[in-house]
Amino acid sequence: MSSIILRGRLLPPLPIKLHLHPSPSHSHSNLKFTSKSSPSPPTITMASIKVHGVPMSTATMRVLAALYEKELDFELIPVDMRAGAHKQEPFVSLNPFGQIPALEDGDLTLFESRAISEYIADEYSEKGEKLLCPGCKKVKALIKVWLQVEGQQFDPIASKIAFERVFKGMFGMTTDPAAVQELEGKLVKVLDIYEARLEKSEFLACDCFTLADLNHLPVIHYLMGTDSKALFESRPKVSEWVKKITARPAWAKVVDLQKQ
Amino acid sequence: MAMKVYGDGMSACVARVLLCLHEKETEFELVPVDLFACHHKLPSFLSMNPFGQVPVLQDDDLTLFESRAITAYIAEKHKDKGTDLTRHADAKEAAIVKLWSEVESHHFNPAISAVIHQLIVVPLQGQTPDAAIVEENLEKLGKVLDVYEERLGKTKYLTGDSYTLADLHHVPYTYYFMKTSHAGLINDRPNVKAWWEDLCSRPAFLKVSPGLTVAPVTN
Repeated sequence: MSSIILRGRLLPPLPIKLHLHPSPSHSHSNLKFTSKSSPSPPTITMASIKVHGVPMSTATMRVLAALYEKELDFELIPVDMRAGAHKQEPFVSLNPFGQIPALEDGDLTLFESRAISEYIADEYSEKGEKLLCPGCKKVKALIKVWLQVEGQQFDPIASKIAFERVFKGMFGMTTDPAAVQELEGKLVKVLDIYEARLEKSEFLACDCFTLADLNHLPVIHYLMGTDSKALFESRPKVSEWVKKITARPAWAKVVDLQKQ
Repeated sequence: MAMKVYGDGMSACVARVLLCLHEKETEFELVPVDLFACHHKLPSFLSMNPFGQVPVLQDDDLTLFESRAITAYIAEKHKDKGTDLTRHADAKEAAIVKLWSEVESHHFNPAISAVIHQLIVVPLQGQTPDAAIVEENLEKLGKVLDVYEERLGKTKYLTGDSYTLADLHHVPYTYYFMKTSHAGLINDRPNVKAWWEDLCSRPAFLKVSPGLTVAPVTN
């Protein structure tokens, strides 16, 4: 599996040099190049940002969403999960917990998708979409709250439902309907709180799209492809919010990567 | 006006916030919430935190919940006083603090809090701890601590040479865990043990730990 990342743009029909390197991090070769849309012909530059992961992974998607929102050049280096590459060297030198994604930005190495997405939002605050509302102290504090809500209240339940309904099938396992029912019973309580919140605010932290909304995208994306979508669609404000965040062009680019 | 923290000092999540306030040498008022009487489930409390959990922080017209959002807020607001909990002056160091804070959130906390829930909270509800859940989570916790053992062989604290929020967030549940019969998971790992003993030596810890009064079932 190889991936080509070009800020989400299609390859222009111009001659472009490709460097093919066998990489020690995984068993597939990388394609490394970037291109800028400008009057001059594309130049070969090394993207300083590298993401080790796969487009199917929710955590990888979280990072990719942030990178696309920020319109940053990056390189996606596939990790051969089937071969267990994420549990072995050299990947575990990037993430000792043996999980994708890992990110390299120059000499900085990070893991944990939410730490990575926040780093991207902070470090590149001047580029692309403003994911952290820097001007307003109150909103900055509320973004912190709703970032934690996603990580502590929403994700522990929602990601288990996604595992039951979507990922188990991919790994030849069977969905446990009792587990799904119990988990959905917990998720509706969280979504009721979201519904009340979104009555007061267009997005979770404020009236603009922030990192707190972005971090929800990957798991919501998967759940909306299952019967669990009813839980979101039956709540008018939540449904509206889901439609808005999943309609973002940057998110469409992330989803497109899965098709490549 | 001083910040108000709604909660009880015996709650690990409240203690997380209190530790941060002490590290930042910030005045605050602790407004008791009677957890045993379920006051955190009353409408008056839910209007502050719809998830019905302590702590809540009020700072003038700002009301915040989620202990790790509160500590991040306090650490940022008072970044120029007390302990430097976020390494804010260096973007790379600050990112590493967030990384190990996420490790605590998503690797350490789910395992250790599940053990503490069985050994402390469940008996308080008049029920018997589920040994299978305890065992499953002790195993998970052990694997996380193996990573910590290696990390702390290279750095004094999780993010580097300085104590940060990433270390602080671990303290309350670890304190309770050390009261159980499973303290060996910490004590048998020399680097983790040394790190823990260092965390316990901090003045902020010595002010907050007396409030962590609940005792686990000896199990």
